Amino acid sequence: MRFRTESSPHMIPAHSVSGVMQQVLMALVPGTLAMTWFFGWGVLVNVLLGVLFAVAFEAAMVAARKRPVMPTLADNSAIVTGWLFALAIPPLAPFWVTLIGIAFAIIVAKHLYGGLGYNPFNPAMVGYVVVLVSFPREMALWPAPDTLPESPLTLLQTLQTVLTGSLPGAQEWDAVTRATPLDAMREGLVSGRTVGEITASPLFGSFTETGWEWIGNFFLLGGLYLLFRRIIHWHIPVAVILGVAVPAGFFWMLDPGSYASPAFHVFSGAVIIGAFFIATDPVSASTTPLGRILYGAGIGVLIFVIRTWGGYPDAVAFAVLLMNMVAPTLDHLTRPRIFGRTRGGPPPGGGHA
Amino acid sequence: MHLHRFHGGLKLPDETAASTADPVLVMGVPSRLTVPLGQHIGEAAEPCVQVGDHVTKGQRIGQSKGYIAAHVHAPTSGEIIDIDLYPVPHPSGLNAPCVVIQADGRDEWGDTRMEPWLDWDTRDLRKLRQRVRDGGIVGLGGAAFPTAVKLNPRAGQRIHTLIVNGAECEPYISADDMLLRTAPEAVFEGIRIVAHLLQVERVLFAVEDNMPEAMRTLTETLPEELRGWLQLVSVPAIYPTGGERQLIKVLTGQEVPSGGLPADIGMVCHNPGTFRAICDVVIQGRPLVSRIVTVTGPGVRQPRNVEALIGTPFADVIAAAGGYADDVDRLVMGGPMMGFAVHDDAIPVIKATNCLLATRPQDTPPPGPLMPCIRCGECAAVCPAQLLPQQLYWQAKAKDFDAIQDYGLFDCIECGCCAHVCPSNIPLVQYYRYAKNEIWAREKERQKSDIARDRYEFRQERIEREEREKAERMARKKAAVKKKAADGEGDSDKQAAIQAALERARAKKAARAAEKQGGEPTATAPSGDADPGATKPSSADTPHDGDAR
Repeated sequence: MRFRTESSPHMIPAHSVSGVMQQVLMALVPGTLAMTWFFGWGVLVNVLLGVLFAVAFEAAMVAARKRPVMPTLADNSAIVTGWLFALAIPPLAPFWVTLIGIAFAIIVAKHLYGGLGYNPFNPAMVGYVVVLVSFPREMALWPAPDTLPESPLTLLQTLQTVLTGSLPGAQEWDAVTRATPLDAMREGLVSGRTVGEITASPLFGSFTETGWEWIGNFFLLGGLYLLFRRIIHWHIPVAVILGVAVPAGFFWMLDPGSYASPAFHVFSGAVIIGAFFIATDPVSASTTPLGRILYGAGIGVLIFVIRTWGGYPDAVAFAVLLMNMVAPTLDHLTRPRIFGRTRGGPPPGGGHA
Repeated sequence: MHLHRFHGGLKLPDETAASTADPVLVMGVPSRLTVPLGQHIGEAAEPCVQVGDHVTKGQRIGQSKGYIAAHVHAPTSGEIIDIDLYPVPHPSGLNAPCVVIQADGRDEWGDTRMEPWLDWDTRDLRKLRQRVRDGGIVGLGGAAFPTAVKLNPRAGQRIHTLIVNGAECEPYISADDMLLRTAPEAVFEGIRIVAHLLQVERVLFAVEDNMPEAMRTLTETLPEELRGWLQLVSVPAIYPTGGERQLIKVLTGQEVPSGGLPADIGMVCHNPGTFRAICDVVIQGRPLVSRIVTVTGPGVRQPRNVEALIGTPFADVIAAAGGYADDVDRLVMGGPMMGFAVHDDAIPVIKATNCLLATRPQDTPPPGPLMPCIRCGECAAVCPAQLLPQQLYWQAKAKDFDAIQDYGLFDCIECGCCAHVCPSNIPLVQYYRYAKNEIWAREKERQKSDIARDRYEFRQERIEREEREKAERMARKKAAVKKKAADGEGDSDKQAAIQAALERARAKKAARAAEKQGGEPTATAPSGDADPGATKPSSADTPHDGDAR
């Protein structure tokens, strides 16, 4: 009798890439719904567009590179990239912002470097930074975090706004958008007000602006799910959050009038989603346990530094891309001690012939 | 006892229930046995019988040559009908030298049987060790390392702890479990012999916590002589606890140094089956001619354990377990994690055959499409050697053999945990085996080219020396001829010509003789012919010959 002779192990594999990506997508759902609740239909419209563009560019690039299209699309990684990008941009940004950002993410940052597994930089963040520095006006179109029933735009109106780039009817942009808490904090501090005065505004809740807090909580929920399912490990998220909170706390304690509280920093902007969903992209992150801690901490500290003294109100994308650069070096420097060796390690025993 | 943990590992489902329901079935003698002469690492044995010979059970048919080697014995009485290359259980699928015995059905021991030593504790330790060597005993846990080597510590090495490795961590395998349930006395007796041989201070007997039946039997049957210094330890069933380095870590917290052996830290590890084999050869004079094989998996109808003679075809063993299920399509020797799939069931049971696992497509689906590594690091999280499999993979792919050794390739125990958790279906262990083989091959190549270079340099030196000497001789000759011509002798020209011709002939002869001498080492380094070092000198010879003319 003849048998198949595949290599060991002779078991059903424990994981699959598409499964991992599916879990990530599932974990994004609560945060995405929360964002939709506070920012309106634009969030969902953007996610849909982002995923659509990402999958289309992915298919085109895979075909251009003469690789099998369907198995590659089935890994779901393009969907994750498109989705994350869509969450990063303002919900009312015109469609071409998404198109250009995703094009850079998938074509340049991902496939020109060799596709999944070979990209040194997080594709979604590359795409985001490209549109952020290119289209500052469109990237500032954050609506006020009103709850959905009170939202000034219906689904159709939102679609119209995203597709045409202008608000329906006689509505003014100023009427529907509002500075994000990070913008508000930044502008307030620049104009000489104290943190206390800024956060005394009725828009602020316990840590930051009301809607933003809730969004952070829901992304946290998804992140904890990923931790629980062991899709991600604790090192990076914990290090990112501590990397933001520790220096923020230090300066806040020194001068609470000029520096926002660590809670404000953690729950504003993209820190939570960045810590659990963006910095944990395994391809562009460090891969050793200690390396991941340093990588996450680096991202956290850079977020705080850029927010506080840099030119941008939020800095998750820049911080992630900067740390992407050092990830290979971190990997090399933080190798774990090998079983049966000292930390320095006796000379490797080659040629046991 | 305080237990320790090793890094990583996997909690795998326990699949031994099916094969432990029935007692161990002692299989009959098959009509024809194919006994491979090499059944483990180390050199294959040399046949010491001829086709047509009649052999008795237990008679030595293969003589081991090296130190890390084991004799091979006739599993039953019968006639040697062939000594040739046959398919054997080996991942390469290549044929290997085997002795084929046509059984006579009498299964009788002849007068070559070793004398039973009931009084083994009065025997000389060297003779006792020799008895184990004579019995062809190898480790029966699956790796089949010749046991006598492990009973012979190097000078100055003191073994204080003997470890019985009853941590059968591969899912499905229950050969040790069943042995411990049914024949604990023989195992304990073997332990006493080895403990006596190595003069150890303590014995640690590890059994996984998913083998309660075996543990109960051992506790009940522990002999008086072992009480006090043998400790039965239940260890957590985490794969690969049965790896000796991992087990030593769990039991003692100590790590066997990288590149070293357990003996370096005063410990020796043996499988329970090996202890029984030692007991058998010492007390009964019975060499290793059979072993317990777990026949299991969803691909056989009645999973169970059998005691099979070495050389029994896999197909017979499968038949003893009720035959194949209808849709079986994979047959593995060993466990699901480290075993290898064989393409044919006509191959024989060898000393390393601890398990035959038959599966159907739904149990072991063909591997999914190979995806790129996404560096998720799951592999590193489960690696018991604390390596970074994701980095080793890149380095193996890039053939960066310096970096891969620097990252600990040779500390990899090939347990397969990394490959099992890899979401990208990458056969990681295959990459590491490839890199190891490639490095070994290069090492050999380097040694060979060193020899070739030495030879080449030596030859160049010799040729230069000869040329110099020849030039000097010619110069002398010319001077002599000139002198003679000056003397005015009429036939001097002719004589000089004769002299020169003789000189040439002599020089040629000398050159040829020297060449022969220089060429001889070629025979010991076969690939030297292909080496540029070997061809260059002969082309250098041509102008040199021309000069002489």
